[in-house]
Amino acid sequence: MTTPLLEVRDLRIALDAGGRSHDAVGNVSFSIGRGETFGLVGESGCGKSITALSIMGLLRSPLSLAGGAIALDGREIQDLPAADMRRLRGKRIAMIFQEPMTALNPLSPVGRQIAEMFVLHERASWKEAWERAEDALRQVRVPSPERRVHDYPHQLSGGMRQRVMIAIALACGPDLLVADEPTTALDVTVQAEIVDLMAELCAAKGTAVLMISHDLGLVANMCERVAVMYAGRIVESQAADAIFAHPRHPYTQGLIGSLPLLSARSRHGRQKLREISGVVPSIVAYPPGCRFNPRCPAMTDICARDVPMAESLPDGGLVRCHHHG
Amino acid sequence: MLAVLVRRLLNVVPTIAAVVALVFLLFSVLPGSFISGMNEDGRTTIDPAVMERMRKEMGLDDPLAERFVKYLGRTAIGDLGTSFRTREPVTKLIADRLWPSLKLTFAAMLFAIAIGVPLGFVAALKQGSVLDTASMVGAISGLSLPKFWLGLMLMYLFALQLKWLPSFGYGDGGLRHLTLPAIALGVSPMALLARTTRAAVLDVLNADFVRTARSKGMGESRVVTWHVMRNALVLVVTTIGLQFGSLMGQAVVVEKLFSWPGVGSLLVDSVFQRDIPAVQGCILLIVFFFLAINTLIDLAYVLIDPRIRYG
Repeated sequence: MTTPLLEVRDLRIALDAGGRSHDAVGNVSFSIGRGETFGLVGESGCGKSITALSIMGLLRSPLSLAGGAIALDGREIQDLPAADMRRLRGKRIAMIFQEPMTALNPLSPVGRQIAEMFVLHERASWKEAWERAEDALRQVRVPSPERRVHDYPHQLSGGMRQRVMIAIALACGPDLLVADEPTTALDVTVQAEIVDLMAELCAAKGTAVLMISHDLGLVANMCERVAVMYAGRIVESQAADAIFAHPRHPYTQGLIGSLPLLSARSRHGRQKLREISGVVPSIVAYPPGCRFNPRCPAMTDICARDVPMAESLPDGGLVRCHHHG
Repeated sequence: MLAVLVRRLLNVVPTIAAVVALVFLLFSVLPGSFISGMNEDGRTTIDPAVMERMRKEMGLDDPLAERFVKYLGRTAIGDLGTSFRTREPVTKLIADRLWPSLKLTFAAMLFAIAIGVPLGFVAALKQGSVLDTASMVGAISGLSLPKFWLGLMLMYLFALQLKWLPSFGYGDGGLRHLTLPAIALGVSPMALLARTTRAAVLDVLNADFVRTARSKGMGESRVVTWHVMRNALVLVVTTIGLQFGSLMGQAVVVEKLFSWPGVGSLLVDSVFQRDIPAVQGCILLIVFFFLAINTLIDLAYVLIDPRIRYG
């Protein structure tokens, strides 16, 4: 078996609050192959963003890595010295953030913010870096890049800014792109453009993608495999087709059930969307047993008592439920 | 740039008009006058007839409205009137004092910026360290020390004990005489600047774009020089502007203490003598200085923040 590009094993992230350490993310394991697109789905607060930050080595107090391993090409990177980690960041693992409005420096021209990548990682001169920044903008299909390089972020629309973010992230041809809700803050029409652009460029460069989103539909469209996270645990992971056809975990079933379907609307008229009752439990007060039990329609006594173990599925996925279908 | 300047200058006009009116009215409703004040020390007695003639000459008996119109007319053409005390034009009195005043104010501000801004930067970057705690305790003390007391201590230490510097006076106006009053005046804006800079830098360090910079693989020193400094500067410049503008007014105490021949000590002397034209002139100058500095600061924003230029 070949070494996966990224392997996360038994990742644990601790949140320190009020002198106590809470278990924000635990038992999270997944791997991503070269050029593969992998989706991580869950509601806000489920720990998907901090999982992404931990891969980048960017967790900051009060969050910290409490255990597990993150390996890139088989080499563990979670304990690398800061200087070595910096050389990986941006060069081999790049990240796109949710808010294109605030993720760019408002006082710096976008061209300069792209050019920095070449200066940092490829020892380019500023002059050369600026020229390459213009090319990078052309690649993400920003119109008239020769003028746009000198623009400041506030002069660009949200979609254009996210294109700039993509240009920055892909500037040095990374092996892995971590995209944390890259389209959440954008208009629906722009969302599709950005996702397509990302998928196309990553496919062309052979860049693997860790796509993080609360939007199961988006992830299923773009990714080959999908993991669903709930309350700091991966509750189910399967191939994207399979997870839609046969969701195993009640939470995944609930997520899929709550997606509006336009085709169903035309066939059956207006229908009430199904929802998952209750709210995501607070990180400081997770219920005992299965963390989904207070909201689960299939809950029985064992769910409140025992933590369900991850069970492998025949086709390579896994599910973490006492009563999975 | 030019458009911003013009817009700013147009904004200044009503402010000046309001200040001119306020300064006049305020001193017209205050009880007592230059003439009555002359009798107050109990040593001199002036013939009531002489007093009457002086009141007429100085126009103190004219109706308020008439005096106001005259005053406005004079001020508009740059004539600030004649000092009751010295019988000289107030413009000349002020002109003599302007250079020392500007020198003191700029020196104090230079001191405040040169020490306060780097101190705040380092404190923020080493948040929680001994240096951070020490400099912030220092900053709070610097803010709460009265300038008057601080000036006396400086005199005691550097002039009386160490005999490094003259304790007071203008001398040749050089650095030796300037140093102590400038420090006495500069310590409080320095402390405030250190605190604001620290807060601004901490704020920027938590911004999303700083996280982006880190995700690009940038080391902390580059994150700071490439992305944090300029953003933090916006707030720092605001504070510099507010402090700088009000510094000429704050200088009153320090100038008096160090016998520094600036506008501030002229103001104090004029107030005690009820020399209304001189007082009005001094206050107008202090307000003008404030407005001028603020306009300059607005222009500085345009240079720092591109959003203002186009927005």
